[in-house]
Amino acid sequence: MTDPLFEFLCRLGDNTLVLGHRVSEWCGVAPVLEEDIALANTALDLIGQTTMWLNLAGEVEGAGRDADALAFRRDVWDFRNLLLVEQPNGDFGQTMMRQFLFDAWHVLYLTELEKSSDARVAAIAEKSLKEARYHLDRASETVIGLGDGTEESNARMQAALDRLWPYVGEMFDSDAVDMDMVAKGIAPDPGTLRPGFDATVNPVLRKATLTRPESDFAHRGGRSGARHSEHLGHLLTQMQWLQRAYPDATW
Amino acid sequence: MQNEWPLWEVFIRGQHGLSHRHVGSLHAADAEAAIRNARDVYTRRNEGVSIWVVEASAIAASSPDEKGPLYEPSNDKVYRHPTFYDIPDDAGAM
Repeated sequence: MTDPLFEFLCRLGDNTLVLGHRVSEWCGVAPVLEEDIALANTALDLIGQTTMWLNLAGEVEGAGRDADALAFRRDVWDFRNLLLVEQPNGDFGQTMMRQFLFDAWHVLYLTELEKSSDARVAAIAEKSLKEARYHLDRASETVIGLGDGTEESNARMQAALDRLWPYVGEMFDSDAVDMDMVAKGIAPDPGTLRPGFDATVNPVLRKATLTRPESDFAHRGGRSGARHSEHLGHLLTQMQWLQRAYPDATW
Repeated sequence: MQNEWPLWEVFIRGQHGLSHRHVGSLHAADAEAAIRNARDVYTRRNEGVSIWVVEASAIAASSPDEKGPLYEPSNDKVYRHPTFYDIPDDAGAM
């Protein structure tokens, strides 16, 4: 069996890698200049976090792989990100809704990881948390502004919420890897974060005049790697193209 | 209906003890959004410790046409310009 700590670190690094790449797809085409810059900043923050998580994952694995090797030389079935973060950008509202749902979870998870028994994990969490808090603040205000905006912006945000809600449940799944992390004091049981998530998300949705979907049906298979959606493969062909075509290329 | 967000002028204080300086302008829906946008557009490289935003329409400005009457009278009054003093090196920048 793979080292659970390696699995755990890949989950963290793959979340920020895949979401960071998705957000970077807005670079140059966002609706207004200010949002374009803000989205690029968010993407860069996430890629920076990825470098820290995946370098540590490579170190823990001890097979000579660094963050670049893990990011650019693995195929779909080796990725351990949540299904939520690989979902396509859709319109700007859908991108911001995805960001909001992820950030709400990310802030809670990183807050717990700051107390990790593994000092390396705690240090990366502490650094990432400052960025994640700002991302959550920005995404929350955007969700409120667009939700409680015009008839059209409200309809688009409700559609985004309805479309992405089935990807929320996976964030709170626990498996053997999580239980191993809990036993070693490295990370919390994700299931325990759900009340905190609801406490973050519900008031924002209320202010945004959006209706929280009733069904808690959840798509699963991203963080375990068992079944990614078809979107991840397409994302990887873009992201990994250069290293696949010209292995070890540098500039 | 107005489709363009209002224009905001952005002022940033680079260090404690200095005054806020005008760094540029941007568009945003309201003051809070303007501060967030200013953070993203103007402070990514550790430029600031404090941000002010002012809606551009709230600024009263002098007209370029009044340049003569406003400023030129002081040019020929050399005693208004303290250029006759030797500043000791120890005093540093004034």
